[in-house]
Amino acid sequence: MTIIDNYLGTHSTALTVRNQRLELISRNIANATTPNYRARDIDFAKAVADLSQSSPVRLTDAAHVDGAASNLSTISSLVYRTPLNPSLDNNTVEIGVEQAAFGKAAAEYQASLQFLENRISTLRKAFRGD
Amino acid sequence: MSVNNIMNIAGSAMNAQIVRLNTTASNLANSGVLATTPGEAYRAKKPVFSTILEAQMGNQRDAVGGVRVTGIIDDAKDVKQIYDPGNPLADETGYVWGSNVNTVEEMIEMLDASRNYQNNVEVVSTVKDLMLRTLEITKA
Repeated sequence: MTIIDNYLGTHSTALTVRNQRLELISRNIANATTPNYRARDIDFAKAVADLSQSSPVRLTDAAHVDGAASNLSTISSLVYRTPLNPSLDNNTVEIGVEQAAFGKAAAEYQASLQFLENRISTLRKAFRGD
Repeated sequence: MSVNNIMNIAGSAMNAQIVRLNTTASNLANSGVLATTPGEAYRAKKPVFSTILEAQMGNQRDAVGGVRVTGIIDDAKDVKQIYDPGNPLADETGYVWGSNVNTVEEMIEMLDASRNYQNNVEVVSTVKDLMLRTLEITKA
């Protein structure tokens, strides 16, 4: 599978990270009114670097944990957002900022998806040979 | 799976906001209720939200990072003492006790809850569109 992995390049990794980022921002939006909640985000460059460096782990036992799979708690690239206006209840979610980030993340996800789709359609053309 | 997770997170937040709307409706409905003693007077109900943490994963439906309503507390503000000797509920000194609901505060709570609910609906619909597109990647 390494040939196809190489061919799809960074886009499949990027899609995973973008999906995690969407989840993280949806957490922020969900907790917009929860006291003491700290808004978080992913340091994208670091996350992609981490994922690309990790060697593909093979799961040979039911008890093994898939480290690279979308488990947010295993990512080291989580960062806290600095609020523009601190609020009294220690909540650092600013809904406008989060909405903008979510819109951007959704667009970026679509972009990664488009790149992947293009790669896959090229691959299919090569297979069919027409 | 991550998609499910996002749906669960947004769902838990919508659920929490609905509880908040419910308490607001209850508070507004009872804002004019009178009682004979301070203890019987209606006190505004406030939901307490907290984030669902990894360690608290009770059942499968809980989404890590979502919102949970940990309880509903009574507002600690003093209840209103109103002098109204003609009222059938008045005590021997002529006082009745009204609720401590602040109507303006409740209206703001209501607006905030409904806006937050809408935000989460938007998250669900965006993620749904993205995932439908992802499923179609095989048709590329």
